[in-house]
Amino acid sequence: MTTLPPAPDAILSARNVTKIYGSTHALKGVNFDIHRGKVTTLFGENGAGKSTLMKILSGVATPTAGTILLDGEVVSFASAAEARARGISIIHQELSLAPNLSVRDNIFMGRELRTPTGIDFAEEARQARALMAELEEEIEPMTLIEDLRLGQQQIVEIARALSVDSRILIMDEPTSALSASEVEVLFRVIRDLTSRGVSIVYISHHLEEALQITDYAVVLRDGSITATAEARDIDLEWIVRNMVGENFDLGSPPTGYAFGEVALSVRDVSVADASGTNSFVVDRMSLDVRAGEIVCIYGLMGAGRTELLECVAGRVPMAGGQVLLEGEDVSRLSIAERIAKGLALVPEDRQRDGLVQTMSVGENLSLASISAFARRLLLSPAREKAMIAETIRSVHVKTAGGNAPIGSLSGGNQQKVVIGKILTTGPRVILLDEPSRGIDIGAKAEVFRLLAERAARGLAVVFSTSEVAECLSIAHRIIVMRRGRISAQFGSDVTKEEIMAASGEAVIA
Amino acid sequence: MSKQSGVPPTMADTSANVTGSRPGALSDGFDVARLLLKGRAFFALIAIIIVFSILSPYYFSVSNFLTMSSHVAIFGILAIGMLLVILNGGIDLSVGSTLGFSGVIAGFLMQGVTLKALGVVLYPSVWVVVVLSVALGGFVGLVNGVLIARFKVPAFVATLGVMYVVRGLALLMTNGLTYNNLGGQADRGNTGFNWLGFNRLLDVPIGVVVMIVIAAAGSLVLNRTAFGRWLYASGGNERAAELSGVPVKMVQVLVYVCSGMCAAVAGLILDSQLTSAGPTAGTSYELTAIAAVVVGGAALTGGRGNIRGTLLGAFVIGFLSDGLVIIGISSYWQTVFTGGVIVLAVLLNAVQYRRRVKRPSATDGQSPSQVTGGSAKLAGPARERTAG
Repeated sequence: MTTLPPAPDAILSARNVTKIYGSTHALKGVNFDIHRGKVTTLFGENGAGKSTLMKILSGVATPTAGTILLDGEVVSFASAAEARARGISIIHQELSLAPNLSVRDNIFMGRELRTPTGIDFAEEARQARALMAELEEEIEPMTLIEDLRLGQQQIVEIARALSVDSRILIMDEPTSALSASEVEVLFRVIRDLTSRGVSIVYISHHLEEALQITDYAVVLRDGSITATAEARDIDLEWIVRNMVGENFDLGSPPTGYAFGEVALSVRDVSVADASGTNSFVVDRMSLDVRAGEIVCIYGLMGAGRTELLECVAGRVPMAGGQVLLEGEDVSRLSIAERIAKGLALVPEDRQRDGLVQTMSVGENLSLASISAFARRLLLSPAREKAMIAETIRSVHVKTAGGNAPIGSLSGGNQQKVVIGKILTTGPRVILLDEPSRGIDIGAKAEVFRLLAERAARGLAVVFSTSEVAECLSIAHRIIVMRRGRISAQFGSDVTKEEIMAASGEAVIA
Repeated sequence: MSKQSGVPPTMADTSANVTGSRPGALSDGFDVARLLLKGRAFFALIAIIIVFSILSPYYFSVSNFLTMSSHVAIFGILAIGMLLVILNGGIDLSVGSTLGFSGVIAGFLMQGVTLKALGVVLYPSVWVVVVLSVALGGFVGLVNGVLIARFKVPAFVATLGVMYVVRGLALLMTNGLTYNNLGGQADRGNTGFNWLGFNRLLDVPIGVVVMIVIAAAGSLVLNRTAFGRWLYASGGNERAAELSGVPVKMVQVLVYVCSGMCAAVAGLILDSQLTSAGPTAGTSYELTAIAAVVVGGAALTGGRGNIRGTLLGAFVIGFLSDGLVIIGISSYWQTVFTGGVIVLAVLLNAVQYRRRVKRPSATDGQSPSQVTGGSAKLAGPARERTAG
């Protein structure tokens, strides 16, 4: 790979940066420039490597290979604090505030203004108030973070980054929790900052919004930069085209058989917002899925996909409505009872909800169906072993064997274990929440092939995704969710642009 | 890490018994440091026996081992119950009090129950006393379990409260006094209580036999029943277990019931050994039980550990403190030594489990973790996060 010289106005550049996690290449020789006093936006789907790149630029992670140039000289940050000392701040997607402390204490956390006798609280409060005024947010410095709305918390996070006089400010999805007026304020602040010479890196899934504020656009896909351009030369279509890519095949909807009866019927299901406000994250949604049918649910973050699937599986309480499995009402049943009846969920976060890290591959595979191996009280190790070997074969898990620790598997293989575990329970309906998250393209294709195979044998499949390309793979029907409701339904002949328009991500005339 | 993923399936991997693959019992690699680390409780026990055998001529004899074992039995039985709780990711501080309370109830029943309304005094036979006491222990455990599983009281706090309540009840029962007459009388048909503490089966004290029976049953439950697998799973990752259809609440309640019952059995054996039932019996025994579990290699975060290790842990602590008594070291030093062993054990546990979680799970860092709804306030993932 040839090393490109940094752009003439680059303040911070990555050159041939590669990052490897286990067996996954998160970044593959990336060249990325942050332009001085400009907004550079990084576009890319989930798992494209945006966050990884930002972590490397801000000193949170170190690259496996490649160099970072700050003002043209090679630097390597040992920690985020070191990067911050050189003027690089990052606002993470997940907020890093202490909810039990006040706004003032959060802004000055770790770098309190000391006096010989303690902390200069008055000065801290004064500066905090000044920052809030600058951000046009009426938040008292002594308010506890936990008493603030999520959007306000985001503002505090931004204030904290501003308070250290950053030269480079990285914002990872800063608007995902902001209201329209808060976004406007944020954009005004960004313009003000760039006019003062601060360089901004901006990451957002709201493409239109990002296009409004950015000067440069960079698109990242599967760990590589696929396109770079100045904002005035491009439009949304350009971004979408480069983000999604044209040529990858995740399969097509299985054909050659007729769908069976309605296997899963979701009727007017509502799920209350976990934060305790009176809103609903899923708002009277209805959906029928037939045996053998594959339905894809697409939506942005916060559209209510996860909540819907978890509610149908029995994980989160239903605020209203009914879930019918093959005509039988299962709304009141526990998760275990629903699994026994044939309705099971493959959760979104497999580390947190899918796998037991302390157990082996085999024990994870047999966990959901363990009672099936019992003769009277005792388990039959032989039967369990046979079933584990069978499942490892049928879902193509690449492993040294059933005894291997689950942590020794790659992400894709771990996901196959979670799916295999559910398939051994003999489900009639399988729900998968972002089954392709964080797994490489080969494993994705395998997972989809597996699902298509099972669907052809009569399994009803519902999977959610935040990647448009995946909607256009094996799904017979695509449902777009927006703010807890179905905003559109399509057949498999829909285009990416139509899907994105319905989700509120991009409106393309 | 890289070693793991590239290795082709070997005979050992595919043919080894799956249920025998408890963490800590994996059979890969043969380097000495690793072997020492894995078998540390066993080697510690051997070392203790060798050292004390050199220091004292009385230590190395079958009769001394049997005597020490009958001391170990009390802690061993408590520790088995504690292991189940710790595998579940909990802790049971109430076992010492439960031991005392059940013992006092047994002592009370042995004195005869006066029914004023009928004007008779009932002398329940010994097996009835045993059943009632164990049931009481189970009930205390049930209270713990319901508080923790149903009402979400943290295990530490729930069992701490129950520890005080139960100890108080035991003191109230006797007004602080001790029941001394547990032998029963032949004409009342309630003799035989001393059998537990004094009799021997093929020369082995009954207490030790009881411990072995409980350990065997516990091993079977852990390795060969669905309940055992559920316990390991819900201790390792409760959310994943629940989504796999594991009745996590039931499992949680049951482990505390088992722990309470084990405490009651230990209480009966202790009473019988001492031929008296005192309300302060078993004070601070819960800490020794926890120590035995930890020395035996179980992780306090749940999901890792086994009965064999826990028994070894109990023997290490028991043989060490008895050995110190035999060579005539001050009891203050005993406390220091025991504490040192526990800290060392936890240190080694940390070393062992750090090696296991260090394999980065490929996805952790790579995908931008998208938190859509649901709180991420969990104890479990903290451990996993260190992997990325």
